[in-house]
Amino acid sequence: MADESLVEIRGVSKRFPGVQALDDVSLDIRPGEVHAVAGENGAGKSTLMKLLSQLEKPSDGTIVVEGEPMRFRSPRHAQRLGIAMVHQEFALAPHLTVAENLALGRERTHVGLIVRGSEKRNARELLERVGLKVDPSRKVSALSVAEQQRVEIAKALAVDAKLVIMDEPTATLTEGEIDDLFGLIEQLKSEGIAIFYISHRLEEVVRIADRVTVMRDGEVVETLNKGDVDESRLITLMVGREIDNLYPKQECEIGDPILRVEGVTRPGVLRDCSFEVRSGEILGFAGVVGAGRTELARAVFAADPISAGRIELDGKELSLKSPRGAVAAGIGYLTEDRKGEGLAMQLSVQQNITLARIPGSGIWIDRRAERRSAERRTEELDIRTPSLHRAVEALSGGTQQKVVVAKWLETEARVLFFDEPTRGIDVGAKAEMFKLMGELASRGHAIVLISSYLPELTNMCDRIIVVRDGQTVGELSREEFDEERIMALASGAEREAA
Amino acid sequence: MSTNIGALRGAVTPRLPEPVRDRLSDVVSQLAAAGGLIVVFIALSFASPYFLTSNNLFNIGVQVSIVAIVAMGQTLVILTAGIDLSVGSVAGLGGILGTMAMAKAGFPMVPGICIGILTGAAIGIVNGLLITQMRLPPFIATLGMLGVARGLTFIVGGENAVYGLPASFRLFGEGQIGPIPMPILYVIVIAVAIYLILSRTRLGRYAYAIGSNEQAARISGIPINRYKLAVYVISGALAGFGGMIAASLVHSGQPNYGVGLELNAIAACVIGGASLFGGVGTIGGTLIGALLMAVITNGAVLLNITQYYQQVIIGVIIWVAVWWDQVRRRRLAAATEQAHGRRSADADSDGEAQSNGGGGRRRASATA
Repeated sequence: MADESLVEIRGVSKRFPGVQALDDVSLDIRPGEVHAVAGENGAGKSTLMKLLSQLEKPSDGTIVVEGEPMRFRSPRHAQRLGIAMVHQEFALAPHLTVAENLALGRERTHVGLIVRGSEKRNARELLERVGLKVDPSRKVSALSVAEQQRVEIAKALAVDAKLVIMDEPTATLTEGEIDDLFGLIEQLKSEGIAIFYISHRLEEVVRIADRVTVMRDGEVVETLNKGDVDESRLITLMVGREIDNLYPKQECEIGDPILRVEGVTRPGVLRDCSFEVRSGEILGFAGVVGAGRTELARAVFAADPISAGRIELDGKELSLKSPRGAVAAGIGYLTEDRKGEGLAMQLSVQQNITLARIPGSGIWIDRRAERRSAERRTEELDIRTPSLHRAVEALSGGTQQKVVVAKWLETEARVLFFDEPTRGIDVGAKAEMFKLMGELASRGHAIVLISSYLPELTNMCDRIIVVRDGQTVGELSREEFDEERIMALASGAEREAA
Repeated sequence: MSTNIGALRGAVTPRLPEPVRDRLSDVVSQLAAAGGLIVVFIALSFASPYFLTSNNLFNIGVQVSIVAIVAMGQTLVILTAGIDLSVGSVAGLGGILGTMAMAKAGFPMVPGICIGILTGAAIGIVNGLLITQMRLPPFIATLGMLGVARGLTFIVGGENAVYGLPASFRLFGEGQIGPIPMPILYVIVIAVAIYLILSRTRLGRYAYAIGSNEQAARISGIPINRYKLAVYVISGALAGFGGMIAASLVHSGQPNYGVGLELNAIAACVIGGASLFGGVGTIGGTLIGALLMAVITNGAVLLNITQYYQQVIIGVIIWVAVWWDQVRRRRLAAATEQAHGRRSADADSDGEAQSNGGGGRRRASATA
């Protein structure tokens, strides 16, 4: 590793109206180094990366690239300096082919026409470098998420990036895909490419980073070398206080079955899925991404149609045609995608809390009762919002998630599906979300937790159902919890071994 | 830590109670249009001695009434992230059927007017069914209806205008209560009604919710199709009503009436701060938008500016209004994004990466 810095950030500050987003930040990155930036959201990581990729200009300070102070023009200029960003939500054009995407903005033309042959040749070369075996003439929309990410990285290589910024690159990847990505990162390192790695997942940061800079409140707290980094140290630095228990599991009495699902089938998606969940119980759905866990929850909630199967609530069979019936029956579903399906982002906190059940008679809304409901829930769930009239889009992810929970409590839902409830939420907010889940269970709610992160399941659940290829393939009670066993069931390895 | 941040924030942002600020941010989106209206208003008062006469002002009121009424229905539709391109044709069809009922079938005035309104409502049902049952995009469903309704108008009524209306029907559009012309009263009554719908009823709340996030609304158990149908019915009924006012003002049913009306209605909504992506918009804004266009048209007439320039001016105003709205929202987005990060540093937090990506992009485009 060379001692010379590739990029050096010197005393950079960034002010937005009313906020100091970055305050005198200094750090550097060397060629062939993976430098992770950790911090809770709002710590300033993304702002810093936006400065590097020239989406924003600093208010103060300089950024030096290979000894030259950087001038701020446009993201294109940043690319020309060799700084490329792999976005969390990929910046690819889904209707164009892989080759077209890789050449986007730099098409080589001959008498005004795009030279397609060289485009494809270049694409093949780039794809090979990132270890992706797909035909460059395929549409990007036909690729898997992991493949699209590879294309995005290839795009960075296409502009001869010396520094690649990866923003939460593993957020949507499976375990195996993450390993592949890390392999690729090692390879990029060996080519002398520097990587700024931003992630919430601290165990990944510990694994991959050569150095870690922890940020809090727009300031650099500390930069640690590989040997000095461990997860609990990072958490303490990030949060500014110690979090003693990430998974505050509450022991509570498990009662009668509330929801019983038998033989639920949706052609091509789900086959003969069965499970039950009892009052006071937290049931986990384990499985790899795409195994059908979300689909199963959606089917029970009648968000998707089923062709066969029986769904019982308190021993009575339900025949649900739409989520409307499920809501009325007392089932709540916190969707995986908060922004896409959970919240009406432009509506206020109050309006979102009462969205599924608005107090009032006939067509009229009883605004006083609505306000009372919203006040009660914000207090009960400790929803920290400056006012009930604040649009939820202006709130933090953890707070948004609580608003969704509040919405379902308003419907008096007894069965609650939590689908990846901690996605995009900070450490502190995660612990709080789990605590809330435990409290709800102890009040007699039946809870189903869907998570791709096994420690969440093994720490929080009383029982775990494993889903694979749209089928419920195994069930483990708390005493039997074992991450390897669950992984084996989820990936299908267990069956072969047996 | 929290006091530190509080002090920091307090130093740079004006201290308004948060609820007031949140409510204000709703109003601000209309400020651009309202500001424009005031400026044009003052300028015209100086430029023309006739502008600020009660006669002229009522005249503007009558001129704006039809666009305003149709635009209020359009606002409901746009809130759900839909659009109703058929309102102009529907106003034409409603006007023809309503006047034919009176002139040819001998209906008295009130039932005749009701026929015009019901025609619009019926078309609204068809639009709604095309959108909710056949799953056509609203743009396509109502674009088709724009042609169908106009064609039906000529098929049913022929090419000639419908004359021979009862004398009492004139009063419907030209009458006055005290000094106030009837059309202005209709606008006021409908505006109050729709304001109540938007702020106090499930229909209004669900319109915002559906437009803001249809999937979230569905998952919350809202019967989306029913409410979508309802907004198209209201839009159609108001278009039919507008068609009847127009017929009364010209004492005849004109088969060509309402060509291009849909664009003025949509323009009024957009100038008034409604987002074509849904979830954002108010009745007050739409009224201001409609009024701004009418005042400019009126001023142009008073100042002898040709109609062609008026069209150019209104086009430019649409650009400016939406551009201004975008700039404002982008700033607001950047500020809240950062502010929330700061504020929640001692509470829980997140969303930075996400709102920078999807959220930010969405917000930036949401006012287009």
